[in-house]
Amino acid sequence: MSRFRDLAIGTVLAVTLGAGPALAERLGLGRPALPEEIAAWDVKAMPDGRGLPVGSGTVADGEDLFSFHCAVCHGEFAEGVDNWPQLAGGEGTLGDADPVKTVGSYWPYLSTVWNYIYRSMPFGGAQVLEPDEVYAIVAYILYSNFLVDDDFELSNENFLDVQMPNADGFIPDDRDEVELPLFVREPCMTDCKDSVEITMRATILNVTPDM
Amino acid sequence: MTGAVTPTTSRRGFLKAGLATGGALAAGGAAAQEPDPLITEVQPWAQGFGEGVDATPYGLPIDYESDVVRRNVEWLTADVISSINFTPIHALDGTITPQGCAFERHHSGAIDLPKEDYRLMINGLVHTPLVFTYWDLERFPRENHVYFCECAANTGMEWAGAQLNGAQFTHGMIHNMEYTGVPLRTLLNEAGIRTEGKWIFVEGADASSNGRSIPLDKALDDCLVAFKANGEALRKEHGYPVRLVVPGWEGNLWVKWLRRIEVTDGPVESREETSKYTDTLANGVSRKWTWVMDAKSVVTSPSPQSPITHGPGPLVITGLAWSGRGAIQRVDVSIDGGKSWQVARLAQPGQPMALTRFYLDIEWDGSEMLLQSRAMDSTGYVQPTKNELREIRGLNSVYHNNCIQTWWVKANGEAENVEVS
Repeated sequence: MSRFRDLAIGTVLAVTLGAGPALAERLGLGRPALPEEIAAWDVKAMPDGRGLPVGSGTVADGEDLFSFHCAVCHGEFAEGVDNWPQLAGGEGTLGDADPVKTVGSYWPYLSTVWNYIYRSMPFGGAQVLEPDEVYAIVAYILYSNFLVDDDFELSNENFLDVQMPNADGFIPDDRDEVELPLFVREPCMTDCKDSVEITMRATILNVTPDM
Repeated sequence: MTGAVTPTTSRRGFLKAGLATGGALAAGGAAAQEPDPLITEVQPWAQGFGEGVDATPYGLPIDYESDVVRRNVEWLTADVISSINFTPIHALDGTITPQGCAFERHHSGAIDLPKEDYRLMINGLVHTPLVFTYWDLERFPRENHVYFCECAANTGMEWAGAQLNGAQFTHGMIHNMEYTGVPLRTLLNEAGIRTEGKWIFVEGADASSNGRSIPLDKALDDCLVAFKANGEALRKEHGYPVRLVVPGWEGNLWVKWLRRIEVTDGPVESREETSKYTDTLANGVSRKWTWVMDAKSVVTSPSPQSPITHGPGPLVITGLAWSGRGAIQRVDVSIDGGKSWQVARLAQPGQPMALTRFYLDIEWDGSEMLLQSRAMDSTGYVQPTKNELREIRGLNSVYHNNCIQTWWVKANGEAENVEVS
C-alpha cells in the first residue's frame, strides 16, 4: 500500500483537521474496507430511519415470532419474566416512586428497538433474525404497548410514522448549568451542622450478600 | 518437607479473632507476658525449602488473600451473563487495580476473541473506510496513561437509602489501570474524517455490541484504543484483545472487544444511551448524554468489610478519590458525620481522571465515629451530600450517584453503611 493512499484526500484532510489537535501524517497501516464487509458489520439504523433495510412485518407474524424467540424472558405479552426486562406497560409512571421503563413508556426512538433486536437479540442467539422478522417483532411490541392496532404492518416506509410516547422526555445533560454553580464552592471545615443523627442503616435492610 | 506452608486460618477468621481480642491487643507497645513462640521456636519456613522458580509460571495471590476477590450481588440482575461484579476496594491499597480483581460488566458475557481473529473497522463519514488487524494496531505510535473506569451505576443502589453493607458493593464498580494503546485520533486520521462527521459510534464484537455514540471532540481529544493494561494484555473480561478507553466518562462507553468505529453526523441513540444510562429526574424527565463522572470519594478502610481490629491508638484511615473533570486536588475526612473536617494526606498529587489514594493518620480514642470523605477536584467542584443530589435529581436517576458516603464505626471497630442527617 502506498504511503499516501490518496493524495487528493490528503489535501482535504489537512483542511478538515487543521484546527484540531496536531496530527501526524498517516502511516498507511490497515487496508481499505470492502463494501461487503461494511454491509456485514454496519447494520445500524439512525433515528431518522437511514440505514433501515427494505422490508415489513405484521403484528400477527410478530406475535408468533415473539412467542418463539422472546417470550421466555420477556413474557407472552411483553410483560417481563422475573428480573428480565418488561417491554410493555408503565405508561405515565416515569414520575412515580417506582417508574416502569418500557419501550412504550420510556424509549424515545423506534430505531433503537429495531437496532437492538436486529443486532443483539434473541439473548444467546443474536443475529439470527431476518429484517422482515425484526419488523414483525417490533410491530408486536408496539401492539403490546397499545401504540398500533392488531392489523398493523410495520415497514421501512412507515417506520417514522410511529409516535413514541416519551420522545420528548429527554434533555441533554444539564449538570454544568444546574449543579456546578452549587457544587463549585469553598467547603465548610468546622461547625458545619449542629447535630448528626443516623437516619438509615444498611443492616436493617439486610440485602448484602454473605461473604 | 519442601512444600508451601499450609494456611491455618482464613483472613476472615483472623479478622474475627482480632475483633474478639481487640481489647487485649489494644495496649500498643505493652510488655509481653510470655515469649512469642513464633520468635522463640524455629518455624518450618525458616528451616526447609520454599517453592522453586518453576512452581508458578504465572502467579496468583497467596491463599491467605483468597477473600480479596470480585463479588456480585445476585438480586441486582436477572442473569450473570448480563451482569456486573465489584472490585474489592476495601482490601486494596495504592491506586492501581490488579486486573484479576477489577470489576466486570458484560451485556452478553465475556467472549473469547483471539488476536488472530480480531478486526477493527473504521467506516462512515471517512475518506477511506479501513480495516485493521490486531498487529496493525501495534505498529502505530502508542501512549501510556492511567485512568479510572467507573460504571455509571456505581453507588446506584444507594439512592433510596443505605442499602449494601460494604465499600466493595457501594463503590466497587470502579478500577484504575495503566493503559497502553493508540490514540483514537491517530486511527481516525488514518481513515480521514469528512467535514460532515460530528460523532462516532463505537461497538463491540460480542453479541450485545453495546454500541455507544461519542461526540467527535471527545474522540479526537483523549480516547485511547487500548490493548494492554498494567503492562500486560487486557484480560478477557475487560475486552481482550482491544477495548476503548474514554477518560473520565462513564464505563459503559469503554466498549470492549472493540470491532467498529463509525463516523456519523449524529448520535445513533442506541439502547445503551436511551433506555439505559439515562437519568430520570423526579418529574419523570430524563437526562441523556450524562457522560462525565462527577468528583467522588470513599473511605475504603475502616469500612464494613474492613473493620478496625486493633483497639484504640494509631489508626490509618484511607480511601480513594477521583473525578472525570480533572485531577483530585484535595480530600477532606470527617469522623463526626460532617460536623467538622480535616484535610487528608494525598499519597501522590492527583492525576487527571485517575484514582487518588488518601490517608488520614489519627490517634483513635476508641469511641464511635461517623466516617466520611469529601473530594475536591481541579475545577473546584466539591463532592456533594446525598441529600443535596436528591434535591436536584430525586430518587430514581439510578446513575451518577457521587454522594458523600458515611460509615458508622462502632467502639468495637465494626463498621456499617448508614445515612446521617
